[in-house]
Amino acid sequence: MTAQEPPTEEIGAAAPEGGLVAELERMGPQERAVHDKEVAAAAATDREIAVGVGDTLLELRDLTMRFGGLTALDAVSFAIRRGEILGLIGPNGAGKTTCFNAMTGVFRPTSGEVLLEGRPISRRKRFDITQLGIARTFQNIRLFGEMTALENVMVGTDARHRTSVPGAVFRMPRHYAEERAGVEKSMALLEFVGIADRAAEKARNLPYGYQRRLEIARALATEPKLLCLDEPAAGFNPAEKDDLVSLIRKIREDGYTVLVIEHDMRVVMGVTDRIVVLEFGRKIADGEPDAIREDPAVLAAYLGVPDDGHA
Amino acid sequence: MNAAHATEGVTVPFGTRIRNWWGSLDRWQQWAILVPAVVLIYLLPVLNPPLLSTEPGTDFQITLFNAARIALIAIGLNIVVGQAGLLDLGYVGFFAVGAYTTAVLSSPDSFLNTSYPWLICVPLAMLVTAVSGLILGAPTLRLRGDYLAIVTLGFGEIVRLLADNLDPLRGQRGFAAIPGPEVTRADGSQIFTSSDGTPWYWLTVTVIIVVLMLVGNLERSRVGRAWVAIREDEDAAEAMGVPTFRFKLWAFAMGAAVGGLSGSIYAGQVGFINSQGFDVITSILFLAAVVLGGSGNKLGVIIGAFLIVYIPDRFQVIAQYRFLIFGLAIIVLMIFRPQGLLGARQRLLTYGRQAYQRLIGKGEQISSESALQKHGNGVLR
Repeated sequence: MTAQEPPTEEIGAAAPEGGLVAELERMGPQERAVHDKEVAAAAATDREIAVGVGDTLLELRDLTMRFGGLTALDAVSFAIRRGEILGLIGPNGAGKTTCFNAMTGVFRPTSGEVLLEGRPISRRKRFDITQLGIARTFQNIRLFGEMTALENVMVGTDARHRTSVPGAVFRMPRHYAEERAGVEKSMALLEFVGIADRAAEKARNLPYGYQRRLEIARALATEPKLLCLDEPAAGFNPAEKDDLVSLIRKIREDGYTVLVIEHDMRVVMGVTDRIVVLEFGRKIADGEPDAIREDPAVLAAYLGVPDDGHA
Repeated sequence: MNAAHATEGVTVPFGTRIRNWWGSLDRWQQWAILVPAVVLIYLLPVLNPPLLSTEPGTDFQITLFNAARIALIAIGLNIVVGQAGLLDLGYVGFFAVGAYTTAVLSSPDSFLNTSYPWLICVPLAMLVTAVSGLILGAPTLRLRGDYLAIVTLGFGEIVRLLADNLDPLRGQRGFAAIPGPEVTRADGSQIFTSSDGTPWYWLTVTVIIVVLMLVGNLERSRVGRAWVAIREDEDAAEAMGVPTFRFKLWAFAMGAAVGGLSGSIYAGQVGFINSQGFDVITSILFLAAVVLGGSGNKLGVIIGAFLIVYIPDRFQVIAQYRFLIFGLAIIVLMIFRPQGLLGARQRLLTYGRQAYQRLIGKGEQISSESALQKHGNGVLR
């Protein structure tokens, strides 16, 4: 049965004929630039961040992760500064994803600390860490397949909402306020990552590239202080990789801090400000892309060392 | 009905076409269809239509009441199974807790000797069942999938065995003279009696409408989204900031409360309950109603519940084979239509209509492709 219509205030501007998609086609380049700026502003976070731009936002202190006899991470320490794009690379099995999981609360580190804005977070629950400000995407895409793209993003915005069962059943004012703010934010984010034209489709019916972008939009919807992307370029062709690089840059320009795990060197070198290299659970290098490219330890890890005996 | 969309071609499934047609109607048009439909549903026991009627085998009014009662249960179970995706095989336990709470509080046989009127017992029964949902959920909702199903199966059995063996709950002797709502006609006779199903049917249908509205409110909110997110991918939901455990508990408590409500109505109608009729097979029957109708679809589970009750009563010859027939029906359904008679499609946004209108220039059209064929990919790039 249909319940009563909610208070009818317009969502966004009045709906144009054919929707936003048709409207964008009609826009001239200048109009489009203005519009894009508005979208970026709506997609940005207005969340208070305790540290200034360029200061340490997230710090890993001697993070160690053991699974039985296997040491997946061995006293790894590095910092992510607010406003930068940090790359985390390493050969297969180096511990990148483990590091990621330990940061986002999937695993509880064996020892060591993860500090967000100077406060330890490694004992907290996963959803709590997301609400505190670390959002992630998944290496193998994990969307809510039966939900539409817009609904997927709304789940992300809900991380900052507080309405629970009583508020929703009895339609308290806060429910309407959050619902409206959330849907506006979600619409802006879909447009920001460039997939608004398929907002009403089930996530599982979207093409691969759209799904990757939707995951990013969903993560951004939680208004993270730090956005963690786990191999965002996996399965992309070169053109799509270029698009992704510009999207990641756009996200940073919008005021977000980004951590990227990536295998593709072109993406990593093209987008990051700084790179941390892991090998066998240890940090072997930490520096700017140009320095990393020449670093002997990194070259050895990726290409192997010449065997002296036969040289 | 679907003439308006016949031009779309044959690729769009029938159900989706109906849904799109429904979605394309104005509010007042929807009401213009809905109101007569509801009136018709209310008039069913009075009309007693010749072909539809279950008489002379079974009293038609009682059959309708039983269908409505099971429909209410199916709506509650649908919150747990259809929305949050938690397989609950012991749902009859909540139904029993609701019925027994009402009995203990109102029956003269009760050790409490309170003899509360029925109307006071109903909210108390819902509260007690919701709490029993929390008690069952708190330790068990950390389990997933099959493990959860096994534990809930155990819960249903525990409730039944307690009713059978705990002395104050009177086992087979049961509780008699459980009152219904105290409403009298002009001549002083009771309206709500065990023999007349009609007022009970009307009461239950009214309750169903109210519950549907409240559950619909939940669906189109943060709560409904959290439940569906948990059903789709619990780990991803957790990573997106959904407190999954808390929302699973809520689903259990809400589902339990609706089950308790139905149990309370049942106790009031029959006037006598004992430990019979709360067995596992009843639980499975409830689940069959949900699965048959379409897990996750509110209208679907109501239809499922109606079929489960109505078919054995209407076709008495097959009544003794009903479990065989429902079993076969479900197997056939799982092969050809795993989503149930009506597939799930929840609207999860309060402002969905307006938002989709703004973005793609149409209301929410959920058929897989229809929304985008006009505009190519990547226009927004």
